[in-house]
Amino acid sequence: MKKKLWISLALLLVIPGLLFTVSCAKKAVKIEPSAVTEPSEEPAEEKVAEAPITAPTEEEAQVVAREVAEEEEKKKEEPIEEEKVEAVEEEKVEAVEEEKVEAVEDEEEKLEEIAAKNQFIYEDIYFEFDKSTLLPMAQDTLKKKAEYLFNNTYITAVIEGHCDERGTNEYNLALGDRRAESAKSFLVDLGILPTRLTTVSYGEERPVDPRHIREAWAKNRRAHFVIE
Amino acid sequence: MLLGSALSWAGYDYIDISNPFLRKIPIAVPFFKTATINDAETQISSKAADLLSKTFEFTGYFKTIDRNAYLLAPNNSDIDSPNFRNWRSIGAELLITGGISVKNNSMEMELRLFDTFKEQLLIGKIYKGKINDQRKIIHRFCSEVIYLFSGNWGYFNSKIAFVSTGSGNKEIYICEFDGYNPKQITHDSNLTLSPAWSLNAKWIAYTSYARGKPDLYIRHLTEKRGAVVAKKGINSTPAWVPGKFLLAATLSFSGDQEIYLLTGTGKIIKRLTHKRGIDTSPAWSPEGKKIAFVSKRSGTPQIYIKEIDSGRIKRLTFEGRYNTQPSWSPKGDKIAYSAMKNDKSNICVINVDGSNLVQLTNNAGENESPSWAPSGSLIAFSSTREGPSRIYIMTAYGTDQRRLLTLPGEQTNPDWSPRVINN
Repeated sequence: MKKKLWISLALLLVIPGLLFTVSCAKKAVKIEPSAVTEPSEEPAEEKVAEAPITAPTEEEAQVVAREVAEEEEKKKEEPIEEEKVEAVEEEKVEAVEEEKVEAVEDEEEKLEEIAAKNQFIYEDIYFEFDKSTLLPMAQDTLKKKAEYLFNNTYITAVIEGHCDERGTNEYNLALGDRRAESAKSFLVDLGILPTRLTTVSYGEERPVDPRHIREAWAKNRRAHFVIE
Repeated sequence: MLLGSALSWAGYDYIDISNPFLRKIPIAVPFFKTATINDAETQISSKAADLLSKTFEFTGYFKTIDRNAYLLAPNNSDIDSPNFRNWRSIGAELLITGGISVKNNSMEMELRLFDTFKEQLLIGKIYKGKINDQRKIIHRFCSEVIYLFSGNWGYFNSKIAFVSTGSGNKEIYICEFDGYNPKQITHDSNLTLSPAWSLNAKWIAYTSYARGKPDLYIRHLTEKRGAVVAKKGINSTPAWVPGKFLLAATLSFSGDQEIYLLTGTGKIIKRLTHKRGIDTSPAWSPEGKKIAFVSKRSGTPQIYIKEIDSGRIKRLTFEGRYNTQPSWSPKGDKIAYSAMKNDKSNICVINVDGSNLVQLTNNAGENESPSWAPSGSLIAFSSTREGPSRIYIMTAYGTDQRRLLTLPGEQTNPDWSPRVINN
């Protein structure tokens, strides 16, 4: 008789015990659809097997509560992680858009640079006959050249001085020298380092226009810049 | 100019002092008498006689009588006692006879100068050499003749340097005084300018862009040695001090174009000009005590003269607004230069004291870059009167303007060397 009591008591304890160890806390993870257009990696879903639960004991209740608390914690972290992921994805999208914009801006900048460089090389300054003084227009052109030199500090240039064919080779060699130096001093006065500029005179030896008329002569009386 | 009356030969003035080129002395130069009738000798006979006539005419003092007028063939007359009456009758006042004999490669040449009116032998010489020494021998004889008449040894051994673009770039060339045997002596394939001969034509200085900028090269003509002056700025217009291994040049390393005195090895001795503004193109007086140079100190390029020792400077040119390229006559009394008026350039000559300004060329093209012959009787210059620029020669009085030579491209900036002694 006592034996049967013990057995039933044991069963009474064991079976629910078994039941309780088998059933776990429920975890449900939800993934919200995000605003990212590009497919991004989704955090792994955790699926949890759910098992029917009988009335919990206190011990089990505590376990459950603990697990629920952990669950809540995890739930809080996940949205943050999700937010981070979203944010990263958003950044990536912005980055790509910015890259495109930058690429366009870069193109524009490059074109501007080329234009500035061309202006530096192709725009000469001109002088009156037998003079090396800088006319106002020449000074304006030189200011633009100074700007280019300021914006491109690694550049050094050669300033060539030229004359028209009238007058003698020897005298014109000296005059070309003065014209080149005149341009150089103006730039140095504006703050360009003199070591960045070298001068060369070509006298009347290298005209751009070989004709023997006034128009040609005016074009030949010049100072010309070359980037080294 | 000439040592005047001291040179009249027994009362006969051969060359008129006031303008020695006005009346040219008629001279006869028959073909030379040959010892045999072999080909070599006959050829030389005519070539040498032709060279002799041409050279006499080159001086501007003589005109040779056409050989068609000669009465007797050379081999029929005595070269040491000609029939003076015959020569007088065709108008010759002077007569040169020559005799040639050739053996293998060596040659003997007899040359005699006669006064047909006085019936006198003035000069008689025998020269021995190789066949190729013809030109040298003829030139030596011409020097003797000119020395007799003018007290000056002339320029028959001298050379002319100039710039020519024939190769595609401006390079320096040299030729003999009569344009013979032109040779290219720089091969920098860039720009070369302003050649200048030293004493005895041993060295030549010039400006070259071989290193990308105008540097001054001082080069021995035959031995491979020399110096370079490559200071910052321009290194240009070399001008040798007569008789010395020194030269003046324009250097602008100080920031201003000034004239400096340098050794022949390119070391600066001292600075010669000190005014702000362009000072360039020095030209020495024959004793080397003064320089003529171009300065813009008064506002336009003009020629000034500076006494090196005292430092005194005097302005020489006052006419016109652009006077450059001075060249000092080896006789010391005159300076030739380029004067530009209304964009046209002409050669002018002025006395060293500023008097007697004469324009020698007459607006035929651009005439620039005068350079005196060592005798002071001729001037070389460049002219574009025929289109492309060529080297021309004229007498000191502007007469007999003729082209010296024609090469491909354009020729400019002649410099006449001093006499070459011991050829």
